[in-house]
Amino acid sequence: MTPLRLLGFVLVVAAVAAFPAAAGVYPVKLLQEILIWGVFAMSLDFLMGYGGMVSFGHSAFFGIGAYVAALALQASPGVLAGLAAPALAAAAAALVIGFFSIRVSGVYFIMLTLAFSQMFYAYTFQAAWLGAEDGIVGVRRVVVLGLDTARPPVFHLYVVALVALAALALWRTVRSPFGHVLVGIHENEARMEAVGYPVSRYKLLAFVIAGTVAGVAGALYTQFIGSISPDAFFWTTSGEALLMVIIGGTGTLGGALLGSAAFILLQSLVSSYTERWMLILGVTFILFVLFAPGGLVGALRGRVGLRA
Amino acid sequence: MPFLPDFFGQALNGLAYGVLLFLLSVGLTLIFGMLDVVNLAHGSFYMLGAYAGLTLIAATGDFWVALLVAPLAVGLVGALVERGLLRPLYRRPTLDQVLLTFGLIYLFEDLVKWLWGGRIRSIPPPALFSGSVTLGDATVPSYRLFVIAFGLAVALALWLLIEKTRLGSIIRAGVFDAEMAAGLGINTDRVFTGVFAFGAALGGLSGVIAGPIQSAYPSVGVTILIPALIVVVVGGLGSLKGSLVGSLIIGQAETFGKAWLPDVSMLIIYVVMALIVLLRPQGLFGRPLK
Repeated sequence: MTPLRLLGFVLVVAAVAAFPAAAGVYPVKLLQEILIWGVFAMSLDFLMGYGGMVSFGHSAFFGIGAYVAALALQASPGVLAGLAAPALAAAAAALVIGFFSIRVSGVYFIMLTLAFSQMFYAYTFQAAWLGAEDGIVGVRRVVVLGLDTARPPVFHLYVVALVALAALALWRTVRSPFGHVLVGIHENEARMEAVGYPVSRYKLLAFVIAGTVAGVAGALYTQFIGSISPDAFFWTTSGEALLMVIIGGTGTLGGALLGSAAFILLQSLVSSYTERWMLILGVTFILFVLFAPGGLVGALRGRVGLRA
Repeated sequence: MPFLPDFFGQALNGLAYGVLLFLLSVGLTLIFGMLDVVNLAHGSFYMLGAYAGLTLIAATGDFWVALLVAPLAVGLVGALVERGLLRPLYRRPTLDQVLLTFGLIYLFEDLVKWLWGGRIRSIPPPALFSGSVTLGDATVPSYRLFVIAFGLAVALALWLLIEKTRLGSIIRAGVFDAEMAAGLGINTDRVFTGVFAFGAALGGLSGVIAGPIQSAYPSVGVTILIPALIVVVVGGLGSLKGSLVGSLIIGQAETFGKAWLPDVSMLIIYVVMALIVLLRPQGLFGRPLK
């Protein structure tokens, strides 16, 4: 990271962290929602924008992270329960689902991942011990370093810190040798195979990384809203993250955050003026797919003449 | 466990549901075969068919008019979608087209909410089939028997159309290798539009015919898509035979799952799918995966 970029990153994080000092309760909640969905969208962007694996089943890991956090925090409020356990559970699930899914690609990959996530939906919808279709309510928040994130200012800092960490980790990963190989596989899988890279292992590892980060997003989300229901697993949850990635700009981690902001602002602001926000969202998305495949980031880069 | 006396009735219910799934999934598999696109908005076509059917019945009082006209209307929507939205994307990776169909779901769902409201609705069965019939120990709504007969007739008609007519051979050529078909002088542009519209119309048809059995609501499109996708995965992408066999399997699995294992009934169809995909990754009648 160049010093200029590092400075920019630090300034943005500081501004986001200080936001509650200047804003009311509702804008702060919106910001947190944007950040949490942003992490989820970033993890999907890592998978599809860099790894070339377009998944409609990413909600599986989001949901697993959320459910495991909700359950584990009932037992003990520590970081182990609120962060480590959900991340590990999501990673384990991604390892298994990825093992089967990465054997196929394209539309087959889409359908297989989608079916896997729906399986979790079907299970949780009928599992009495998980509250069936109502899910788990009254989820408590994690206690970090003796600080209880049930207090809103602490929770805000906790969210900002985790989002910044996730962004940095993903950013480092895509710029590491591993990330370059991943992009190479995306661009020409046969060639990378021929050059001698164990393509499947790279893809599986990418799938697990993406799943783990999605699990962290899910764990944050259930603490944010204080509950979790099977809808978290439903395939349209994956679709929403995908919308964010496309609107923001595929293959640009920052774009996923931008897309999350666009999606959530559209949803909450437009829905206060008109009931037709889904229509507006759908049309916006279609226009992006048709005319701006680079998303917001691509459009901005085109405007200021920077290369991707 | 009183499942034996009920067996025949359940099997008939499963058959009716399977036939409905066939009508829904055959359009999906036809579109995939031709365009290589998984049309995620296919459930929306089902939904549009159901709602268009509701309006037509309210206007004319005649179920049969609705059954004929609603699919035509949905087919027209399909033609517009293919011409206006998918066609510009043919030079891009097919995944872009899949993504676009995902956007259509939001569009159609909200349009339906706008025009028809968000209430759960259902289509009244036609007067001719509003009663029930006793077959052995089972009492079956006669409409279900009609659905079974109608669906199997559609399957037969489709098979004749595709295997025995010139139009069918053009479609088969396009499914097998669209580029080569174009090279041999077939106007694949028109075939693509036609197949997409036809597939959409079949989706609309399934929405009308399912109306008296399953209820319609604005988000039914995203829900009904899942069993249809599972059928296509089980039967093999792009295979009509697979779509029929897959539908009948999933129809029975779902129905008997509900009756015998109510606690985990929703999982059954996934288990069936997983078993089949493990044994045959390309599905029962799919072409081997590359």
